[in-house]
Amino acid sequence: MHQFAIHPMFGTEGWEIAGYNIAFTNSTLWMILAALGLLIFVFGGLKRELVPGRWQMAVEYMTGFIDSMLAANIGPAGKKYVPYIFSLFMFILFANVLGLLPIGIIGLHPFTFTSHFSATGVLAIMSFAIVLIVGFWKHKLHFFSLFVPHGTPLAMIPIIFPIELVSFLVRPFSLALRLFVAMMAGHVLLKVLSSFVISGINAGAGFAALVSIPSFILMIGISALEILVAAIQAYVFALLTSLYLNDAENLH
Amino acid sequence: MDPQAAKLIGAGLAAIGAGMAAIGVGNVFGSFLESALRNPGAADGQQGRLFIGFAAAELLGLLSFVVAMILIFVA
Repeated sequence: MHQFAIHPMFGTEGWEIAGYNIAFTNSTLWMILAALGLLIFVFGGLKRELVPGRWQMAVEYMTGFIDSMLAANIGPAGKKYVPYIFSLFMFILFANVLGLLPIGIIGLHPFTFTSHFSATGVLAIMSFAIVLIVGFWKHKLHFFSLFVPHGTPLAMIPIIFPIELVSFLVRPFSLALRLFVAMMAGHVLLKVLSSFVISGINAGAGFAALVSIPSFILMIGISALEILVAAIQAYVFALLTSLYLNDAENLH
Repeated sequence: MDPQAAKLIGAGLAAIGAGMAAIGVGNVFGSFLESALRNPGAADGQQGRLFIGFAAAELLGLLSFVVAMILIFVA
């Protein structure tokens, strides 16, 4: 589908390093836009007034939200992860919401880079790498006791260990897959409904009344749902990352 | 059976998984709401767990979607 296609922009097709194409793609452009939007959002709230204005309140609310989430899930040790989780949450949120912008009506094409497994995979690998680094740094080889929960009977260890190991190792995949599939499925759904609207209108007035109008009303509802999903998926990604960090910080 | 037909039937069967995940997600939020109305004071503290349950239930539905997509476009 055209909306998921990645193509080079600004004549950078031929840029190569060691045989790998490093063209500036539309995916890159929207990543930069998301990061830029996040920077503007945060710097707008950095005036540090004693009585915060609206913008500063918005930024403080978001940082406070992440802070309380980490405090609830990790405890006092979670304080140092606030910058990472905040950046992760806001970056994904901006990316998801920017991809839903209706700028198609002025001829531009929004692109949701979170609907690509390579983009979400890198975010998930970053989270997983931090979990591994913190876990092994803090607990050394004792980190492996994560795979044998407290009070496991000795006879159960050969069964529990592989289960826990596999459930630990699929975490980056499930983390990346959830975000990628949720975003892609939502966009595909909107695309299918909009094709109903268009082919209904093309098929004549009867089909337009019978198919196009209900589809269009459904599309408006699904669009509202997609905005909710964009926020929920960003939240779930941040929440699960903080849970995994809790495993690394406190073991079981 | 024609392999193409078998692929499409498999993709259709995978949609059952999406429906099951819908039941699961509905169950998560329904049970939460039910108990939140019984004890509203404790509800706010459990929102993290609500979304963990939601994420776990949703992932399995998304996996069935992935299976359907792989069957249609990749396999």
